[in-house]
Parts: sequence; C-alpha cells; structure tokens
Amino acid sequence: MSSASTVLFFAVIAVVVVLAPGSGVVAERFFNPSHLWQSLVGSEGNPSVLEAFLLNVKIFTVSEVFILILALVIAVVRGIPGPVFFPFRLVAVAYTDLFRGVPLILVLYMIGFGVPGLGLSFVSYLPEVTYGVISLVFVYSAYVAEVYRAGIESVHESQNAAARSLGLTRWQSLRFVVLPQAIRRVIPPLLNDFIGLQKDTALVSVLGSIEAARAAQIYSASEFNYASYVVAALLFVLITIPLARFTDRLIARDKRRREAGALA
Amino acid sequence: MNECPALLLEGVYKSFGENKVLKGIDLTVAPHEVVCLIGASGSGKSTLLKCVNLVEPIDAGRVVVEGEEITAEGVDANRIRRRIGIVYQSFNLFPHMTVLRNITLAPREALGTDRVEAEKNARDLLERFGLFDKQDEYPDRLSGGQQQRVAIVRALAMRPHLMLLDEVTSALDPELVAEVLAVIRELAHTGMTMLIATHEMGFARDIADRVCFLEAGRILEQGQPEKIFTAPEHPRTRQFLGRIIEAGRL
Repeated sequence: MSSASTVLFFAVIAVVVVLAPGSGVVAERFFNPSHLWQSLVGSEGNPSVLEAFLLNVKIFTVSEVFILILALVIAVVRGIPGPVFFPFRLVAVAYTDLFRGVPLILVLYMIGFGVPGLGLSFVSYLPEVTYGVISLVFVYSAYVAEVYRAGIESVHESQNAAARSLGLTRWQSLRFVVLPQAIRRVIPPLLNDFIGLQKDTALVSVLGSIEAARAAQIYSASEFNYASYVVAALLFVLITIPLARFTDRLIARDKRRREAGALA
Repeated sequence: MNECPALLLEGVYKSFGENKVLKGIDLTVAPHEVVCLIGASGSGKSTLLKCVNLVEPIDAGRVVVEGEEITAEGVDANRIRRRIGIVYQSFNLFPHMTVLRNITLAPREALGTDRVEAEKNARDLLERFGLFDKQDEYPDRLSGGQQQRVAIVRALAMRPHLMLLDEVTSALDPELVAEVLAVIRELAHTGMTMLIATHEMGFARDIADRVCFLEAGRILEQGQPEKIFTAPEHPRTRQFLGRIIEAGRL
C-alpha cells in the first residue's frame, strides 16, 4: 500500500510540473546540465559554487565549536544560585533574550559593519568572514544555551541531592552527575540547531564573503541562468540530510534505551 | 556516657511554608547505637533525616554531630556530609555511570583518594555485600534490591561515622526487601551508628537499640523496641501500632 501511494503521489506532482505552461523554460533556466556543471566547478569570471561551499563548511565548523562552549557557559551561569551571582545571572538572561530576539541578518550588519567602524586596532581589522562567525556564535549560542538549560532542568533534583549528600560540592555535582546526563539528553536538539546553523552560514554573504549562495548569485547574474542556485541548494542538502538521519537514529536509540530502562 | 554522642538534636523546628513538619525534636544517638524512627507517613521522619544531613536547613534548634554543631554559622556543610552517609528510598544511583564509578566518584573527588585505592575499597565492599560481579554494570541493569545495596555501598565508601537510612525498602518489591535488610543487619553488627526511618516494624523491632515514635513532628514516645511494641504508653502509639497489626505488618 505504501509503495503504491508513494508512486501515485510523486507521479501526480511530476505530471503537474511537466504539464505546466512554463515547464520548458524552467527546465532550461534551472536544470540545464551544462550550467549545473559550469556553476559547480566554476568558469572564467565566475567562482566555483563547490569551492565557495567549502567556506560555508569552515564557517559552520568553527562557529559550532565556539557555540557549544559559550552556550554551556551561559546555561551554567544562569543556573548558579545565590544573591552574589545575581549580576551574572542577569547578564546571562539578558544575553539570551537579546540574541534570540534580534534577527541574525541585523546582528550580521551591526557586528560586520559596526565593529570595523570602531577603529580599534585589535578587533576592527579582521577579515569579514570572522565577523560572520562572531555573529553566528552570538546568535546561536543564545539558542543553544536554552537547549542546555532545558537538559539541565530535566535531570531530577534527586540526582543532585544524592551527589551533594555524598559530600560532593555543587560544582562537582554539576560536572560529574548533572551535566553528563543533561548533555546526553539534548544531543538531538543540539544537532537540530547545528543543521540550522549550516544553512544560516549563507547569510554571512551580506558582509561580502563569497560563500556558496553568493557564488551562485554571481554565476546567475553573469550567465542569466539559475542552475547555480540549484547546485548550491543541493550542496547544502547533501550535508544536512545525513546529519538529520543521524539525529533521527540517536533519538530512536535514546527511546529504545529509555524503554529498556523502564522495563528493568 | 563517657564519649560525646554521635548525634544530638536539640529543639529542631522545620516548616515548609505554613506546614510545620518538625515541632521541637530532641534526640540523642550514642556511638554504635541503632535508632529506628517509626510513625505514619507525613509524621516528619524523612524531613528529620534530611535536616541531619543539611539537605534541608532547619528553622530553629541545634544539630550536633560528634560534638560539632553543624547548624552553626559558617560550617562547611560538605565536610560534615562526608561523615554522614544517607541512603534514600529511591536509590538515586547515577544512571550514566557503572556501579564501580558510582561508588568511587565521591571518594575520589571529595576525599581525593587515588583511583587504585578507591576502586580496591569499592570492590572490597561489593564483595562483602555479594555484588562483586555487578561492578561493571549500569544501574538500570540491576534489580531494585541490587540497586539499593549499591546505594548503601556507595554511602559506605565514604567511610561515614553515621548512616541515615530513609525508608530504604519502601520502593522495593516485597521479595527484594530481605536482601536489603540483611545488609543493614550486617552493618548494625559491625557497630555502625544508624538512624533509620522505616515502615518495616518487624525489622525495627529486631535491629533497633531504641525505637522513636514520631507523630505530627514530635517524638511522642521512645524506648527499647520490646517496650514500644508490646507495652506502648502513649495512646497514639497504641493506635498506630494497632493499625499496623491490623494490616498484618507486625
């Protein structure tokens, strides 16, 4: 049944697309094999979308490392009790509120054009892609901090109580007992945010970096053909789909484990 | 008494909001003494144990452990807790660690014991309580009784001077209760000072040097188990034990 319905479903879509009045034009503009290839490898005057995509890979890899660290620090700071730490908690809350609220593209403009404008010798003359990474780290660590926090709060208080009763300090309890359990639980949502980050690296192009989306735009502007966009899209999908499947498998594995644990 | 008591409570009060849970508890536990706290659910047994371990701050009164007032200002609670082992009803093992790691974590991190020694000590304890072959298992692979025994071993690994047991058999299937009680009996024989909150009246009668009956946040009556269980003085104690006998639990 499922295979029959699948075939029928896609057949209907294919028929609609092929019979559409402009289907010939769309095929030429978006799926011309020669343009697909040319934009992928680059041609005289046009950058290779594939090569430009390597910049996206670099951006999201470097950003993710800093995001995972900074977000954890923010989440932990937000959870430190006691009146002495109130200003720290306040900063952590303000940080997450601010960077979750402002659209990434505006953060990119403000950091990418604002920081160089300050004329400070040590932060104002970096390559534009660095400001892109900084912006992504700021925005995404605000989201990821909330993911960590949800994980920390999902660990039952009795675990902390047991650790403290054994004479472990608050910090030791967090480090050895609470965080390892919390992080394990939030790996799927962390990967989900990582997928979002991969796509958002395309926005760094607003600062002038030639990454995949910008390279595709340059190609389409000079060749009057959109095949380059299809190529860029496929490259992004090629990276995100395996990660999405991997995330699914982790979720399924966790579910099995929980059920096995419940039976024991 | 020629040495100072293992534990001394004086006028301990504790409320949660409007709810007054402990209303002036006075209690002395001598070294090597086993004291059982009995009473209905909500009478304050568990809260009392939590106050001794400083999990819950008290509102008024004093808690003195081996001559040192632990409820005084500026006392390092972590240092005190290392001398007091507590085992909870719900085991609270760390699910992401093997049995061995569960037991060695606190000695290594809180006492600074080196790994080899901490593991040797842990294996010795596991051996003693018949859990040696479980050292590499994760807690969710163990039965409730085994988990609770591991929790007791984990507390013992800190070499506590005083053990607090908070209804440690209440979450267990009936057929698993005996193995845990056997462990506690063995501890009593080795002279461990223990304060035990329990619903197992037969066990309390058997093991306790003294039984305290708690009712609404006060110790109404205390004495040797024979006296409490056979000739209770206070009408409330008689009523409570009457209901226990009716339920076939004594």
